[in-house]
Amino acid sequence: MKRFPDATSIDGEAREATIGLLYRLADDDMTLGHRHTEWTGLAPILEADIAFSSIAQDQIGQARAFYTLLHELGEPDPDALVFARKPEDFRCCALCTLEKGNWAFSTMRQFLYDMAKQLRLQHLAESNYEPLAKLVRKLRGEQKYHVMHGHMWISRLGDATSESHAYMQEALDAQYGYALGMFESNELTAKAAKHGISPAEEQLCDEWKGQVHEALELAGLNIPQNATAKSGGRIGSHEPVFTTLLADMRSVYELDPAATW
Amino acid sequence: MSRETSIADPAEKRVWDALETVMDPEIPLISTVELGLIAGVEVDGAAATVSITPTFAACPALDLIRSQIREAVTAAGFSPVSVETVYDPPWTSDRVSESGRRKLKEFGLAPPKRMNGRCMQPQDLVGVACPYCDSTQTVLESAFGPTLCRSIHYCDGCRQSFEHFKPVT
Repeated sequence: MKRFPDATSIDGEAREATIGLLYRLADDDMTLGHRHTEWTGLAPILEADIAFSSIAQDQIGQARAFYTLLHELGEPDPDALVFARKPEDFRCCALCTLEKGNWAFSTMRQFLYDMAKQLRLQHLAESNYEPLAKLVRKLRGEQKYHVMHGHMWISRLGDATSESHAYMQEALDAQYGYALGMFESNELTAKAAKHGISPAEEQLCDEWKGQVHEALELAGLNIPQNATAKSGGRIGSHEPVFTTLLADMRSVYELDPAATW
Repeated sequence: MSRETSIADPAEKRVWDALETVMDPEIPLISTVELGLIAGVEVDGAAATVSITPTFAACPALDLIRSQIREAVTAAGFSPVSVETVYDPPWTSDRVSESGRRKLKEFGLAPPKRMNGRCMQPQDLVGVACPYCDSTQTVLESAFGPTLCRSIHYCDGCRQSFEHFKPVT
């Protein structure tokens, strides 16, 4: 299979698939990164506050790196992509856009998302689009800290007390279908798999279930049965809360879009 | 060319010497060279190109470091000076030099364990030697700290908390 050493060497279907993948990666990190920042100053304990703030900072930095790769492929610059793109052009999954909920909900989401992200990064380190593979090999080191943090809280709270268990089970039940929506597949994701840019979403989903179910069960939590995947984000059909998220994220920018920072 | 090999070219050496004066804005005792941030230097006549490999993708100090490198290398007599960001080789905490590790400890930060290419595991954050009293009777308080590259620990030996420059591989 053909490898692509830089932005000028990739065209046609492979280029289209790479651009699609980068939008999914960047928009997921950007929106969930923004949601995590909503805990800054508010988390139940100081360490949890710093953790959410740090993970948010990592994710927004990682989103910027993915947007920069998009810019190299001829898309608008990172600021324009975040602050001036039409909402229906975003490709984030619904899970990343949901309101932060209570701390159990956000902690469960951080775990479910970062387990998926870690798997993606492991595979993308071998992507045929080499600029992406190089970036991802760098990001894997920081990602491990997110996964470690998520694991710790899931295992601590899943079976600590009946109250903590109930909170975590409720959080899991409420978002498991949204989590499955991270792996929404379509023509574009299939093209990415065909050209060795990214593994197939179905394969990622199976691997994610294997790892996540094991950790949840060890923590004494029950995997929701018969949950259906909440899809649509990957084709630009978003939850109503996405509109308020974007408005909030852009409120300062929109005061004066031409300002220099 | 990286700093690990000896630098024969006098012009290139002048660039490296200039880079050794550019300090990390968050830990001002340690230079960008000691931190392992410099991925390479190329000199072509009066022009110099410095490649930097960022510690964390979201490092907020990166823009400042970039402009300070440009200034320092320009002051050393090069023009134009360009600073490029690369991800290959990826930065890992193993890139922090021996003198960098000593200075981290002087600064009150426990230096990162040498990983030698091994993946970081949760147990690598357990029993980190206290930078004040060298006790390893310490516990991890938080894997996240005041900056992305630090974790917070507590020392049972001297009964105070300390920060640790995290191993990242």
